[in-house]
Amino acid sequence: MSGVRVLVGTRKGAFILTADGKRERWEVSGPLFGGWEVYHVKGSPLDPNRIYASQSGGWFGQLIQRSDDGGKTWEPMGNKFAYEGVPGTHQWYDGTQHPWEFARVWHLEPSLTDLETVYAGVEDAALFRSVDGARTWEELSGLRSHGTGPSWQPGAGGLCLHTILLDPSNPERIFTAISAAGAFRTDDGGKTWRPINRGLRSEGIPDPDAEVGHCVHRLAMHPSRPNVLFMQKHWDVMRSDDAGDSWQDVSGNLPSDFGFPIDIHAHEPDTVYVVPIKSDSEHFPPDGKLRVYRSRTGGNEWEPLTNGLPQSDCYVNVLRDAMAVDSLDSCGVYFGTTGGQVYVSANAGDRWEPIVRDLPAVLSVEVQTLP
Amino acid sequence: MIRVVLPAHLRTLARVAEEVELQVAPPVTLRAVLDALEATLPMLQGTIRDHATQQRRPFLRFFACEQDLSHASPDTPLPEAVVAGVEPLLIVGAMAGG
Repeated sequence: MSGVRVLVGTRKGAFILTADGKRERWEVSGPLFGGWEVYHVKGSPLDPNRIYASQSGGWFGQLIQRSDDGGKTWEPMGNKFAYEGVPGTHQWYDGTQHPWEFARVWHLEPSLTDLETVYAGVEDAALFRSVDGARTWEELSGLRSHGTGPSWQPGAGGLCLHTILLDPSNPERIFTAISAAGAFRTDDGGKTWRPINRGLRSEGIPDPDAEVGHCVHRLAMHPSRPNVLFMQKHWDVMRSDDAGDSWQDVSGNLPSDFGFPIDIHAHEPDTVYVVPIKSDSEHFPPDGKLRVYRSRTGGNEWEPLTNGLPQSDCYVNVLRDAMAVDSLDSCGVYFGTTGGQVYVSANAGDRWEPIVRDLPAVLSVEVQTLP
Repeated sequence: MIRVVLPAHLRTLARVAEEVELQVAPPVTLRAVLDALEATLPMLQGTIRDHATQQRRPFLRFFACEQDLSHASPDTPLPEAVVAGVEPLLIVGAMAGG
């Protein structure tokens, strides 16, 4: 029987949650890398036994770990993330220029086509690629140096490249998103990039519809329809039907269009999930009710999903990389909270249950659907 | 034989006991000991010194013989007791948070 393996990164280590296809009984293992911040753990779509983890901390910096046996054993890989050339400067919170400084890896994205290739999105924002299974890393510097870099500014979490979407229909096309710069696309395998932010409007920057400077929190793409993108921006849920060339607001009837994660049903490309958060100054659910919102119409019309979720006195957050879907026939949806809960819905969001309740603050959730 | 005591997280990472013993040719300086340590345990590269600048990471300190060597030149010879293996070089994480 098929099963799932949920990879959870937290403030104090990583955890692996496994279950069979019913997703009712769970085995919890960990902590892995206890005491370290694990921003992201992700498996290869080509070999589920190949998993990468980003392990970091203020004392000892960045490490990259790799498992070739589904997370049972791990080996430290290369951790040298050197910007190409003179790194230059970006905008600091106060508008002055600030040197580009590597802080950590936010997101790891294994290639769809080559087992040894993996991408890393880092803070301060840049995209790196390894073609030797994470032993060595090379910056795809065309992104950072295409011209707008000095105007990028950090969001509250830092100037981070947090989203990497690989187009399954076009190996030369990659989407990235940076807080707070916006979304970017390459159509030549990472050599050259351009901002794709037309239609975004953001208060808090001098020109609300500027080419860059938007605090994009997350992008999502369904593999069957790679020209359609969904975006959770700082405020606003957005949709593009032309690979990011233009964006429309699809926030519709959401109680708040502020939030962090956004994801798409594995089998229904127009079924989208977000977790509304009260505001940029109050990072918790409106009214103390933890509600996932689902649109079955590709945006604009949203329904609250509350069955099994706390509907009073809940003041956790759900971070941008902390939601995922499996690809079982009945699509499973997963998310983790800053309160340490990881919830699963084995029926596309209709009913939720906690897999675990008391982990450290959850930074990321990914799921592997196992044969 | 030079004795080096690592902080707990780096012992876990390198899969070693509390103390690591290293052969270091004279002159035995902090730089020479760290070079030998990273050559023996390459997974420690970048965790004690920055890859690019080779500067001590800001939340780490170097102690030996009840002295704080953190701000000494990395080319300063280490105390004789460390060179003789009587005392260890201590690599210590700053006492904050965790």
